[in-house]
Amino acid sequence: MSFAELQKKARQEWDELQNGDIPQIIVGTATCGRSAGAMAVIKAFEDALKEKGVQAVIVEVGCIGPCYAEPLVNIAKPGKAVIAYRNVTKAMAAELVDSYLIGDDPLPHYTLGTIGEKTVEGIPRILDTPSFKPQERRVFRNCGIIDPTNINHYLANEGYAGLNKALGMTQEAVVDEMKRSGLRGRGGGGFPAGRKWEAGLKAKGSQKYVVCNADEGDPGAFMDRAVIEGDPHSVIEGMIIAGYAIGADTGYIYVRAEYPLAIRRLERAIKQAHEKGFLGKNILGTDFSFDINIFPGAGAFVCGESTALTLSIEGKRGMPRVAPRPRTTEAGLYDKPTLLNNVKTFSSAPMIITRGAEWFASVGTEKSTGTAIFALTGKVNNCGLIEVPMGITLREIIFDIGGGIADGGKFKAVQTGGPSGGCLPEALLDTPIDYDSLDAAGSIMGSGGMVVMDEKTCMVDVARYFLDFTEIESCGQCVPCRLGTKQLLDILKDICKGKGKKKDLELLVELSHSVHGGSVCGLGQTAANPVLSTIRYFRDEYEAHINDKCCPAKVCKPLIAFHILEDKCAGCTLCARSCPVSAISGEKKKVHVIDQKLCVQCGVCMEKCPKKFSAVECVSPKEKIMEVA
Amino acid sequence: MSSVTITIDGIKISAEEGMTVLQAAQANGLYIPNLCNHPDLRPAGLCRVCVVKQDDWKITISCKLPVKEGMVISTEDPAVQQIRKNTVELLIANHPMTCLTCEADSKCELQRVAHYVGITPDSINRYRRSVRSIPLDTSNPFFDIDHNKCIMCGICVRTCDELQNINAIDYAQRGVASLISTLGNKPIAESRCESCGECVVRCPVAALATKKSLQPMREVRSICSYCGVGCGIHLGVRGDKIVGVRGDQENPVNRGSLCVKGRFGYRFINHPERLTTPLVKKDGVLVEASWDEALDRIVEKFSEHKGEKFAALASARITNEDNYLIQKFTRAVMGTNNIDHCARL
Ligand SMILES: Cc1cc2nc3c(=O)[nH]c(=O)nc-3n(C[C@H](O)[C@H](O)[C@H](O)COP(=O)(O)O)c2cc1C
Ligand code: SF4
Ligand code: SF4
Ligand code: SF4
Repeated sequence: MSFAELQKKARQEWDELQNGDIPQIIVGTATCGRSAGAMAVIKAFEDALKEKGVQAVIVEVGCIGPCYAEPLVNIAKPGKAVIAYRNVTKAMAAELVDSYLIGDDPLPHYTLGTIGEKTVEGIPRILDTPSFKPQERRVFRNCGIIDPTNINHYLANEGYAGLNKALGMTQEAVVDEMKRSGLRGRGGGGFPAGRKWEAGLKAKGSQKYVVCNADEGDPGAFMDRAVIEGDPHSVIEGMIIAGYAIGADTGYIYVRAEYPLAIRRLERAIKQAHEKGFLGKNILGTDFSFDINIFPGAGAFVCGESTALTLSIEGKRGMPRVAPRPRTTEAGLYDKPTLLNNVKTFSSAPMIITRGAEWFASVGTEKSTGTAIFALTGKVNNCGLIEVPMGITLREIIFDIGGGIADGGKFKAVQTGGPSGGCLPEALLDTPIDYDSLDAAGSIMGSGGMVVMDEKTCMVDVARYFLDFTEIESCGQCVPCRLGTKQLLDILKDICKGKGKKKDLELLVELSHSVHGGSVCGLGQTAANPVLSTIRYFRDEYEAHINDKCCPAKVCKPLIAFHILEDKCAGCTLCARSCPVSAISGEKKKVHVIDQKLCVQCGVCMEKCPKKFSAVECVSPKEKIMEVA
Repeated sequence: MSSVTITIDGIKISAEEGMTVLQAAQANGLYIPNLCNHPDLRPAGLCRVCVVKQDDWKITISCKLPVKEGMVISTEDPAVQQIRKNTVELLIANHPMTCLTCEADSKCELQRVAHYVGITPDSINRYRRSVRSIPLDTSNPFFDIDHNKCIMCGICVRTCDELQNINAIDYAQRGVASLISTLGNKPIAESRCESCGECVVRCPVAALATKKSLQPMREVRSICSYCGVGCGIHLGVRGDKIVGVRGDQENPVNRGSLCVKGRFGYRFINHPERLTTPLVKKDGVLVEASWDEALDRIVEKFSEHKGEKFAALASARITNEDNYLIQKFTRAVMGTNNIDHCARL
């Protein structure tokens, strides 16, 4: 079958589903949806439909991003706008079948908004809400919209059109299109993708490889998983185009074994692509052949580094190769020329070829074109995956898309780039999101983690947290990283315990620079970023810990004490009854007292003390109690 | 091979193309501190101590940097010095301070770089000290492994791989927990290690150290008597007793390498149970005899057993020439082709 015929058939199937006269219940069943209970919700819908004798199809799709609203269900009634329902429970499923499918009340209080052009009275269009308006869905174009297990859904939505077009172009023209798009690698480093593809094409050798980096090791990052689970064919198509462009016949997807659903989706998508003739021998009747293997990685952060990754595929220990060394495009997997890109980089390729470099570069900034994807987490109201045009400011992301700081708190810092990134303070909230601006501010774009912190966050503790991660994840082969991260961590731990020494700040900075300058790979080279950026912007907090034994955010347990204010305590006994170590004594209606020797600073008493009394106070340094007493 | 000129800290030196900057420096008698480099092995670039600045621009490591005509190298650039110093300080802060009782004392590479970068008690006391306390692996009869001293230079791993092709040891774990290990982290005696000791002699800090080793008062150049290869050795001697063996680097046969027997199997020489005269059986009991007596007895007995009844098994501990003579003797004198050799070591 020709590509046009394949596409036509797929479109028919898609159109029938969209315009048919059977309602669709579309459920997000990516890993995020599943862990929020999506599978139980599907079961509830099935039961309710059966019981009530209502006809509807249930379609499983990937994640559209707003984790805070999972499980997410879209209901498309014939002729009506698609309505997205948030935090759907089993009970809500039954209610929706009754009210909306049988009746005609869309239950607006359950909705997140409507999707698409049509509108419904009383429900906002999702794209008009502050949380979605600044977003631009490109890599996520199909996530949450199509059934990722059905290749025809992908085909009907421009799928494999990029490959079809590329096969009619010369290899140089494909590379040129990628270059002109300005796409920079989405794996964190931001190396221009087109230049890498060009190097892959120019590299000499009859055997070349294309490798997709789906290791996604940053703690709290799950963008790549969402793309694979929601739109696996986009990654596969990107890899096939890359294979054609550089002259490779084999591809590998290195995906962490902790992503079983993503692996299943890939396996299925690869099989379907074979069946339709997009993979295998003589793709779409040309003499280009290409195949893709899946390699499950054992989940070491360092194996996301390109040279460690290729060694890992070879079955060797995942340790980054030491520079000076040839580039991966010259000698990568099995020492053959290898083009290695991130999931989102490959997923961007088909649309660049289909719609053109200019279209791609039409959003974003001059040096960082296109969109950026972040996993927005921490103390914001709307946690989840977002896709925004490059150049948007941190403020817009946090306060518009993220809906501001959770629990009415106050913004303190935002961390981007995961363990390799840095913490930026309020004064830098208007920093535009692009590779170079974030770099200049002392953080990095990274692969897309964004953690928002409120004033209850201790910045020394944050640095300690990240160093705890890098110390364990270092491969251990080079000294500055292996022992430097440990030393930094030991000092930070001491500072958090009030055992910081006057000279520690100086030593932290000195060591950070040496770990940066001396380490073999990006892990070590960036490991000190959390330390340097917190010292740069929150030096006073370090000094308070070291000089005054005070944790201003009242987080570091050895530096804080809880204490009951005599004039406020009503003797309700709530605190005494909830203290896990029975450190609180006092009779009913009498002032209670915390025995500081027994107290473990868990803070339960403060939580339990009724708001109207607010008799428990947390102080730092500890000595303050003496003053009060 | 053509030669190039490079400048190191203002000194112009000439080097062969294909050399690394570190090799060029060493060939010209210039010391660039280093720990994980070994002349017999491919450069690894892990210790980062040989860090230099290239062409006033790039901080890189000299052990993997190929020389190029006109290249300008600085080992004294402030940023370079800082990285080198912190790196060495980190190693020291995690190293046991047992120099006096350490086998490597005075030839330890870590001591050497520490002196070079100018470590002082003050500079070390700034750090949080932490030394591992992993039990010694004493399972091997000839050497012990002390992971607490190990600086993870990987020289042992590369030796076992590149020189010995045995691969008994490799890296295990990661981060600060990483260590040199056998398959399954079993004691080395239960691994495929052949006890050649090649890694032991290359370990820069005596984390791999010979058991009961004594420093010799003098050395005697000799040839290993175990087999026909004839490796060159230096016997370490105290009084008239042999206390150690080391491979002779200059000897073209082995260039310093030895096997387990040549390196560690010398105790028999001074062993009280060693035979020093022939024994002859008299009335069912073995008694000491002179060589003449023993040889006469052999002649007498062999004459009775000529032909197919006789077989000779030659030893690998003798030379090819001696082996030739034995087969000649077996065939021509004893009249049989029953001759074999024990070279199945
Ligand atoms: C310690 C470390 C971990 C990394 N982890 C990842 C990862 O999980 N995913 C990824 O795509 N890139 C990761 N990278 C970046 C890769 O080395 C590489 O630059 C990237 O995959 C190239 O793809 P791109 O050009 O499309 O960004 C990591 C780098 C380092 C140093
Ligand atoms: S910097 Fe860290 S992770 Fe990278 S090679 Fe060195 S020890 Fe390994
Ligand atoms: S003694 Fe020889 S075989 Fe054993 S680990 Fe060392 S180099 Fe390998
Ligand atoms: S045992 Fe010795 S040679 Fe082996 S890595 Fe440790 S320090 Fe280096």
